[in-house]
Amino acid sequence: MASHPHPPPSSHGAARISGTGEPVFVRGVLIALSVAFLAVFLILPLANVFVQALGKGWSAYAHSLSHPDSRAAIRLTLLVAAITLPVNVTFGLAAAWAIAKFEFRGKAVLLTLIDLPFSVSPVVAGLMYVLVFGLQGVLGPWLDTHDIQIIFALPGIVLTTVFVTLPFVARELVPVMQATGAEQEQAALTLGASGWTTFWRVTLPSVKWGLLYGIILCNARAIGEFGAVSVVSGHIAGQTDTMPLAVEKLYQEFNATAAFAVASLLALIALATLAIKACLEWNMRRKDRRERDAAANARRGPGPGPVALTAA
Amino acid sequence: MAGRKFNVLPGFGLTMGFTLLVLSLVVLIPMGVLWVRAMELSWGEFWHQATTPRALAAYRLTFGASLAAATVNAVFGAMVAWVLVRYDFAGRRFLDALIDVPFALPTAVAGLTLASLFSDQGWLGRWLAPLGVHGAYSGLGVVIALAFVGQPFVIRSVQPVLQNLDRELEEVAATLGAGRCRTVCQVVAPSLWPALLTGFALAFARAIGEYGSVVFISGNLPYRTEIAPVLIVMRLDEYNYGGAAALAVVLLGISFSLLILINLLERWTSRYYS
Repeated sequence: MASHPHPPPSSHGAARISGTGEPVFVRGVLIALSVAFLAVFLILPLANVFVQALGKGWSAYAHSLSHPDSRAAIRLTLLVAAITLPVNVTFGLAAAWAIAKFEFRGKAVLLTLIDLPFSVSPVVAGLMYVLVFGLQGVLGPWLDTHDIQIIFALPGIVLTTVFVTLPFVARELVPVMQATGAEQEQAALTLGASGWTTFWRVTLPSVKWGLLYGIILCNARAIGEFGAVSVVSGHIAGQTDTMPLAVEKLYQEFNATAAFAVASLLALIALATLAIKACLEWNMRRKDRRERDAAANARRGPGPGPVALTAA
Repeated sequence: MAGRKFNVLPGFGLTMGFTLLVLSLVVLIPMGVLWVRAMELSWGEFWHQATTPRALAAYRLTFGASLAAATVNAVFGAMVAWVLVRYDFAGRRFLDALIDVPFALPTAVAGLTLASLFSDQGWLGRWLAPLGVHGAYSGLGVVIALAFVGQPFVIRSVQPVLQNLDRELEEVAATLGAGRCRTVCQVVAPSLWPALLTGFALAFARAIGEYGSVVFISGNLPYRTEIAPVLIVMRLDEYNYGGAAALAVVLLGISFSLLILINLLERWTSRYYS
C-alpha cells in the first residue's frame, strides 16, 4: 500500500484507460479454462447422477424408488427434517433476539459457540452422542434400565441432525435483526402492543427473508447429513437408514442404479434449494439497492454520478 | 451500537435462557463428555491411541489431501471468481448460481457420483487409467472429493472483494504506464490476498473434517487411503471408545485452532477492506 506515490496527473490518461482490461486472447483462455473446470467439476458430477439413475430406464428408476426400504428411508429423512427445522427455527429466533436486540458481555463468545458445530467434523459430532447416550456412554446404563433407546434410533438421528444444523438459522438472523435495530419494536411497545404481538407483527415480518434463507439452508443440510447420522443410526434397513445412508448401503451392495435413484432425489432437493436461494438473494439485493438508491438520492441532488467521474 | 441500551424490549431472560439451554444440551455437554472420556485415558494411553502408526498415516493423508485440495481450490477459485466478476459471457449467471452446488448437494451424493466418474471405467477415469493414474480408490480420489466439497469457499470469499474493488486504481496504474500484467500483480493481487487466504483456510478446515464424500471414492484402505474421520468410525466399530475419543480430541483440537485462525483472518480481512 505504501507503493502508491502520488504522481502528477498525466495529460494523455484518457487514451490508456482501455489498459484496464485483458487482451481478447487472455480473456478467451481464462473464460474457456473456467468454464471447462466448472463443467468437469460441477456440471458433469451433477449430470452423472441423473444419467446413472435413469440409465436402465424409467421403470427401473421407479422400481428402485418404490422398494420398501427406499420408501422407508425417504419417510425417515422427511420426518427428521420436520422435527429438526422447528427446533432450529426456535433456537435461531431466540438466539438472534437476545444477541441483536440487547447488549451484554460475552456476546462474541456466544456467537462463536453458536458457530461451533460448523467446525466439528460430522463423525466427531456423532461420536459425542454415542459417548453420551450409547450403551457404554454416560447415560447408557440408565437409559437401558428404563428401556429408552436413543442411539441406533430416531432420537439419536434427530439429535445429531439438530447439532450439525444448529448455526444455520441463527447466523442468518443475527445480522438481519442487528441491521433493523430495535426502534420499530420500541415504537410498537410504546403504543401499547404486548411483547408477543410486537414479535409477531413487527419483528417477524422484518426478518422473514433472512429467516426463509436460513430455513432453506438448514433443510438442505438436515436432509443431506451423512457422517454424523451414519455414526448414530445403526444402519437398520427400513428403520434407521436415512436417504444418504440408503445411498451408501445400495452402493456397497453394488446396486448402482438404485443408489443413483435415491441420490437423484437428493440432488433434486439440492437444485431446488439453490433455485430458491437464488430467488431470495435476488429479492434481498433488489430491496437493498432500492433503499440505497433512495438514500443516495436524498443525500445528493442532481449532479455527476460515479459513471461521469470514471469517464472523465 | 455502543452506548445504546434496548432495555425497553422484553424477553431477554427468556430468549437468552433458551439459547443457553439448547446450546448446553446439544453442543457443550456432549463436547464435554467427549473431552472427559478422552481424559479418562492416562496420558501414556492417550498418546499411544492418538499416535498409532495407522493413526499417523491417517493424519498424514488427511492433512496432505486437505492441503492439496485447498490449493486446487485457491488456484481455480481465484480464476473462476475473476472470470465471473470481470467478464461477460453467455451462461455466466447460470454458472454463478451453480457454484454453490457442493454446499447444497449431500456429501453422499457427491461421493457417489465422483466415485463413478473417476473409477477406471467412468467417464473421466477411463482417460486417466491408461496413464496409470487412478482417480478412485486412491489418495488422488481423496483429493478430488475434498476439492469438490471445498470449491465454493474460495470463490465466494474472493468474489465480493473483486466486485467492490475500486477500478480507478487499475486505471491509475495503466495511466502511469504499468502493463496489464504488472497492474494485476502489483495493484489487484495485494488486495485479493486476504480474501484468498480466508477462502483457502475455510476450504482446508472443511476438508479436515470431511467424511461423506471421501468414504465413497477413497476405498478406505488402512495405512493407504484411510482418512482420520474414517479411522474414528473404525475404532467405534471395534468398540474401542477410548481410541475413538483420543482421535476425535486431536481432530477437534486441529479444527478449533483453524477456527481461531479463520476468525483472526476474517477480522484482518474486514479491517483491510474497510
